[in-house]
Order: sequence, then structure tokens, then C-alpha cells
Amino acid sequence: MKVHEYQARKMFADRGVPVPPGEIATTNVEAYDIAARYNKSVMVKAQVLVGGRGKAGGVKFAENAESARILATKILGMDIKGEIVRKVLVTEAVEILSESYVGIILDRAAQKPVIMVSSAGGVDIEEVAAKTPEKIHKMHVDPVIGLRPYQARDLAYCLFKDISQVRKAADILMKLYQTFWEVDASLVEINPLVTVTGGDVLAIDAKVNIDDNGLFRHPDIAAMRDLDAENPAEVKARNADLSFVKLDGSIGCIVNGAGLAMATMDLVKRYGGEPANFLDIGGSSNPQKVVTAIQIILEDPSVRSVLINIFGGITRCDDVATGIVEAFKQFRPAVPVVVRLTGTNEKEAKKILSSIKLPSADTLDNVVKMAISLAGQPA
Amino acid sequence: MSIFIDKKTTLIVQGITGRDGSFHAEQMKKYGTNVVGGVTPGKGGSRIAGIPVFNTMKEAVAATKANTSVIYVPPAFAGDAIYEAVSAGIKLVVCVTEGVPANDMMKAVPYVRQHGARLIGPNCPGLISPGQSKVGILPGSIVQPGSIGVVSRSGTLTYEAIWALTLAGLGQSTCVGIGGDQVIGTNFIDCLAAFQADPATKGIVMIGEIGGSDEEEAAAFIKKHVTKPVVSFIAGQAAPPGKRMGHAGAIVSGGSGTAEGKIKALNAVGIPVAGSPTELPDLMKEAFKKMKAGKFAKTKKAMMKTPTKTAKKSAVKKTGKKK
Repeated sequence: MKVHEYQARKMFADRGVPVPPGEIATTNVEAYDIAARYNKSVMVKAQVLVGGRGKAGGVKFAENAESARILATKILGMDIKGEIVRKVLVTEAVEILSESYVGIILDRAAQKPVIMVSSAGGVDIEEVAAKTPEKIHKMHVDPVIGLRPYQARDLAYCLFKDISQVRKAADILMKLYQTFWEVDASLVEINPLVTVTGGDVLAIDAKVNIDDNGLFRHPDIAAMRDLDAENPAEVKARNADLSFVKLDGSIGCIVNGAGLAMATMDLVKRYGGEPANFLDIGGSSNPQKVVTAIQIILEDPSVRSVLINIFGGITRCDDVATGIVEAFKQFRPAVPVVVRLTGTNEKEAKKILSSIKLPSADTLDNVVKMAISLAGQPA
Repeated sequence: MSIFIDKKTTLIVQGITGRDGSFHAEQMKKYGTNVVGGVTPGKGGSRIAGIPVFNTMKEAVAATKANTSVIYVPPAFAGDAIYEAVSAGIKLVVCVTEGVPANDMMKAVPYVRQHGARLIGPNCPGLISPGQSKVGILPGSIVQPGSIGVVSRSGTLTYEAIWALTLAGLGQSTCVGIGGDQVIGTNFIDCLAAFQADPATKGIVMIGEIGGSDEEEAAAFIKKHVTKPVVSFIAGQAAPPGKRMGHAGAIVSGGSGTAEGKIKALNAVGIPVAGSPTELPDLMKEAFKKMKAGKFAKTKKAMMKTPTKTAKKSAVKKTGKKK
């Protein structure tokens, strides 16, 4: 799960990472008031979860409160890659002398957190990694021991020469690592970490991604989920405990298991169709989940046929069949629905389904081909 | 023979009184697995499907001398269940639980290794050595004893592949689901090495998916260390970047972890990748044929001392195209 900059910034600041003063505004008047109170030049920053907001014009410098009001008027309501800006962060502007990058991610292959620092900050770090990898310094941390102060200093020396700045940066790295661990993050990032006149080191941006599996330990963070920034169907699916991702195609897919759901999408593409979604109904077989799944797919106007592919293991085919029949009672689909149910309690499932007479196939490849050939035809 | 589990496997079910734990304890017992006990704190002294329940792993292992455990406890307690099993002396821990935080696993995985034990999972269907033992949730009805080793990051997709193999008359030595999470105890390379060393395994099916670089590392390992034929399927070719496809580990990020990249890495070391999981049996049979022919060609080559380069090249091209 992604959180907004202002939320990530608070996670850092709560643990002692120095950040410039800043507050959140949802209207241009609020932005004006904040800037007027600071009585300084400010930055007005769009709060969106997508990347590239700077290039899209979502981050602007304002000389005074009036200019902050005008800029906030422009930025609030802006559409950045499909996400509408509903909040802006107004922070005191600082005079930047240098920009660095510091970040921590989970390195899957090493099964450890890896800290990355670079003196080439303020730009897209993936670009730096691709073009000038020698400018990025990496260090793995033993998760059992944690980050040691000497390691943080080693990294800080890659960024600064001045010992007082090295100490400040090392302290920030320690606190960043603490944040990474305490909030169950999969990524924490400050880009840029800046030096200002007088020698201070400040975080003027903040990014945190949370490991979804760790959310149960952090109800406060789970509550930060920005439902406005998400596809409504994805929200509905998550509430029903379904794993769903909206795609651009026309073949609706309902599958049990993430791997099989991906493979089913792949086959839709292979046989000339385009999948409308990824949907995994999960391991257990609750008929109600199947009803919700079918409803979500049918509510998508681009869907022209639906395929249901179940390989019964723990999931019982008869439970899925019961869900399908129930869904057909509640909302008569306007597009063809084809099924393939195989595995646990397959025979019982076929008996249950005989009441609604759906086109069915016995293999994975055939159900996909059938869904594609029936697409666009009346149900 | 088989890998990791066999007739000598003696199993304890952690979380045996839960909904999933009790159901699968019975399923495993029915399949023929030697389920010697279960653990649920506070339920010691009771029985589930005739299996004695203990309060702690220490107690259970002392009473039963079990060597393997399987975990069905909720994600918040799964990490602890792993430590408990290993410190009680269990050598193989299979964690079925989905949704375990990566931070918990980053600490648990090195602990398991330091104690000379093996962890499979989390977020995995477990494993089965057909006709001998099953640990986890794989349906016993779809397997058949034989000589194909199957290793996969997925659950139901693995069933699909196993079922296709069984229908084609290709039985299995062991099928292992290693799990779809970012931090897992046993990876492709561990399984490939075990299959390579197992005399009962003649060919290997490897089922990967988007995210991470396990498949690329496996390809490099196969080139160096695996002489048995390997065929593969990679799920997620139609997946958009930046979106997590169900599994915690199934995400294409920053252009890495794509299906294309993985397929390319596998093809580069001569591993054919199927367009559909149902085509895996044919690829396997072809790989066996090719291997026989290769061996024949090698002996012939040695006898004639004149390598037929063009013939070899066209043969590679042909099989390369067949995917």
C-alpha cells in the first residue's frame, strides 16, 4: 500500500528525521493561511500516489501567500495520470545547496533490507541506477542485528565530507531504518535529502510503501488508505476479500488462485483476446464471494464475455456453482458467461449448474477460446 | 525416491484444531501421510480425526519423534510457529499460511538455516511425493507416482500442470509449491539441486511467475549444475507493471521481474517455455527425446570425430520454435 507524502513525512518526523515545517491544505484559502502564517516563500505540493507529479506541474514554488493561493487553486483538482489532486502540502521553501538520495527497500534475492544512497539526488533514481550505477552505494543490513551506527556513517561518508554533515546524515539513516522496520515498510525513501545554508541536512520529500501483509499490525496506517485514488471496483473487491486488478480488455476473468488467474489472462491474450481484469477468488470457497466477484465483473461496461475457471483443491467446485446460480438469480448477465469447473466436487457442481445451462468447457485452453469466440454475443 | 518428504516423514500439524488445520490433517492422513500429532495451545489431550493434540511443539516432538511440521496458523502467529518448530528439533517446516509480513520472514528464514532445518513457504500449497506422503494442501487425487519433479511458485496453477502431466502419463517424483511471497525459505535453486541429486527424478517442470529474479537465477544454476531436462511455464505475461497480481511477490517493478525477461533467460540456457501449462507434458516428452538423441549424437560424434555443426544447429532451431 502506498501512502501520501504528508503521511510518510509524519512517519519520518515522528522518529526525529528533520523536515521543514509544513501543513496540509484542501482549499486554496487554507493554502493561503498556512503560507501567510509562515510569512516566507513556500512550496505547494500535490498529494498524489502516482509518480511524476513534478513533471506534471504538481509541485510549485510560491514567493508569498497570495501566490500560494493562486498555485493551490491551479493544483487542487488537477488530474495527474488519472488521479485527481484533493490535497496539497504547503511547506516552507529552503535554499538547497546539494541534493542526495537515500532509500531502503527489501532485496528479495538477499532476503535483507538494502540501503541505497547517492549524491545524485533530486532526480529519478532508477535513471541514475541505469545510466550511472557507480553513483549509487548499496549496503545490506542483517535484519537480526539491525543497522549499526558505523554502517550508517560509512554510507553517510559516501554523501558528505564534512563530519558534522556526516553525523547528521548517519542519524537520519538510523531513523529511516527504524521507520522501515517499525511500520512494516517495503520501501522508504527521501529524494532529495538536502543540505541548506548553515549546514543543516533536511528531508524535503518522503515516500513510504507498506507491505500489505504487515498492515494488520498497523490499523492507523491501514486507515490512511486513500480510497479516492483507487479504482472503485478494486475497493469493492478488497472489501469482499477478493484479489482484483482492473485491466483494459473485454474478457472478464474469475479464477481461483493467483498463479492460475495470471495464466488464464496470459491465455486470453495468446488466443487473441484481451483480459478485462485479474481476479482471484482465493483459497476458500464461499459462495457469497463468487456472487460479489460476478457482480464486480458484470458492472464493468467494457466486459463482453465472462469466463470462470476453477481448479478445485481446497476450493470446492460445488460451492462455486452455488455462487454462480445465486448470482444469476440476483442479476441476469447481459453477456455470455462460460465456465470450467474441475477438481474437488466437480460432479456435484455440474448438477447444480444444470439449472442455468451455461456453456462449459473441460480444459483451461478451451474455456478461454470459448469466452473469446462468444464475446459480444447476447447471453 | 523423492525429495524432502517420503514414507519416513512423520508429521505434526501446527494449528490442527483450526478450520483449515483440522480439514487438511484429515486429508493428509487419508492420503497416507504419517500424521503423528497436532499442536494447539490449550487443546492438549484432545484428538482430531484420531490424531493426538499437544499444547506445545516441544511436547509433541518429545512424544512422537516427528521430523516434519506443517503450519496452518493465522499470519500474526506464523513466524512464531516456525521458531517453535525449529527449536523443538523439526528439520522440515512447511508454512501454508498466506499473509505473513516480510519483516517476520526476514528474521525467521536465517534462524531456520542456522539450525540446519528447511522451511518451505510461506504462502505455499506444500508438497507431495505421490504414493508416499503429502504435506500441505495439494489435492492427492491429481498426482501419480512417476519420475517428473515439479517446482512452482503457485498453487492452483501447479495443480493444473500436475493434472496435465498425469493425464499424459507422466507421473511425478515430488511436487513442491515454494510459495508466492517475497521472502521464502526454499527457492527454485534449492529444489533444482535436490531434483538433480534424486535418482528417481528424470525430468523437471519449473513454474515461475512475474516478480523478483528467482527464475533468472534458476536459469544460471541449471546451466551449470542440472543435467536433467527442464521445461518451464511463466505466468503473468499479460500483467501490467506496478500492480501486485495477488501474490505478494508477483509484481513487475521498474522494468524488472517481467515474464519476457524470465522467458528469455530460460530460453538462453536451452529451457523451452510453454505457451500454456497444458503444453508442458509435450515439451517434457520432446525434451526427453532430444536428450536421448543428444546422447546418441555425442557417442556418434566421439566415434566419427567429425562434428556435424549444421545438423546440430537446425535441431536446436526446430525445438526452439516449438514453444
